Amino acid sequence: MYHKSACEGFQCEQQLLESSLSQADAGLGVVERLVGWLRQRSLFVLAYGTGCGAIEMRPLMTSRFDAERFGIIGAATPRQADVLVISGYLAIKTLKRVIRSYEQMQEPKYVIALGSCTINGGMYWDSYNTIKCLDHYIPVDMYVNGCMPRPESLIEGFSALQARIGRGEPSGYQRYRDNIDWYKANQRRVLGDNMPPAYTYDWYSGGAV
Amino acid sequence: MLHILLDSLAMIALCYVMGFLFRGFYRQFNARLQRRWGPSIWQNFYDNLKFLLKSETLIHGPMFFFGPIIIAAGAITTVLFIPFLKDSIWLQGVSAHGNLILIIYLLVVGPLGNALAVGSSGNPFGVMGVTRGLTRLMGLEVPFFLGLALVMLQHETASVQAIMAAQDSIAHWNLITNPLAFAVILLPFIASQNGSPFDVVGAPVEVYAGPRVEFGGRLLGVLMTQNMMMTVAKLVLMVDLFLGGASNIFELIAKAFALFLLTTAISATFPRLKTEQTVDFFWTVPLGVAVLGVILNVWLI
Repeated sequence: MYHKSACEGFQCEQQLLESSLSQADAGLGVVERLVGWLRQRSLFVLAYGTGCGAIEMRPLMTSRFDAERFGIIGAATPRQADVLVISGYLAIKTLKRVIRSYEQMQEPKYVIALGSCTINGGMYWDSYNTIKCLDHYIPVDMYVNGCMPRPESLIEGFSALQARIGRGEPSGYQRYRDNIDWYKANQRRVLGDNMPPAYTYDWYSGGAV
Repeated sequence: MLHILLDSLAMIALCYVMGFLFRGFYRQFNARLQRRWGPSIWQNFYDNLKFLLKSETLIHGPMFFFGPIIIAAGAITTVLFIPFLKDSIWLQGVSAHGNLILIIYLLVVGPLGNALAVGSSGNPFGVMGVTRGLTRLMGLEVPFFLGLALVMLQHETASVQAIMAAQDSIAHWNLITNPLAFAVILLPFIASQNGSPFDVVGAPVEVYAGPRVEFGGRLLGVLMTQNMMMTVAKLVLMVDLFLGGASNIFELIAKAFALFLLTTAISATFPRLKTEQTVDFFWTVPLGVAVLGVILNVWLI
């Protein structure tokens, strides 16, 4: 939306906000649409500052870009958060903490991956201790690419996520539930003996891990 | 019986609606002060419903689940014991059967339930928040209750309805006739609302939301609901005691909003105090004024 000449700066963001609030339903019932609409209006963000992308979260949350007008506000703990923002590369040591944080979040939960490092490793593609593709370890709902993406593109990513939530499309946490064995196998491959203890995630597969 | 039931439901609904609108206004007001647009005024409603619609997968023993229920029950009972209107049979709840002393007891149910629930969760940040909360409670309660006692002394009754009835014109408002009591009670009132200079309990950055650190999903939704209702209940109590009550809903909303605006402006102006600074402050300035007020009321007038 930012490359169009129809709007400029603040107007573009306002248009994004308004367009994400009025969208066609995808054959959902009244209740589901209402629930989706409520959910998209209120996203509590847990910003996991792993890489340089964390620096873009500050202007996003404060007066310049003011994400609060979209209903996006920082959460203090994973328990209260809806969106986990992974901002940049993930070292293997950090991945373990991110997985723990993600599993502590209450459903429905979403993941936004920020920057090229989360897509293909970015400038860390040949590093021995960073992961290359975040989606193999936790389910990513929305990628915001760039190195680093500006707060405007983050806002665009957030409103695309809001639109998806409002449409009631199946999101990452359902994928994580359904393919828990695949995700855990991938995590075990990089973490090895450092896997989080089984009691932290065995409820995903009904206690049989 | 049916009347009391309808009346109670109407009070709870009014409290909830006023609660999220006031809180939404508070967030917008703060945003404008910080040169932002801020969220929509309905934002707290969206947040609350979203949390009530989330899942809850935590297991910390039964007390962790009963705690929020105890807090919410305390909030609803407090609402029902505060008369919202004077000279009306509506929005009275069961206030005819209670008085100010009962309300004072009910105000402590919330922190108590909080301590029980958070204690069983075992999260160190939560326990730290509760410790801070109970310390602050120790500081604010003495001047708060002395302020209420000053009002009770002045009217020689503990009945909120009788105190409201005695303030029949603006010249007889307790704010005018007993400004000392209002001055005593105002700052502890802000602290009991978790307002800014005294909001170290739920400080999001320092203690990770304090007592609420371990709550997410539905339990947090219940806590948010009771918090919004309690905000309005305390505002209405202050309106009843100092601003002469209200004879219709619009007057009630206008007066409560005026008081809310005053406390919001104070909160937006002053930065956060540390716990020990809060207690020190309450035990010197408001308590000093309160003791002076008691001496004036009992021995000199």
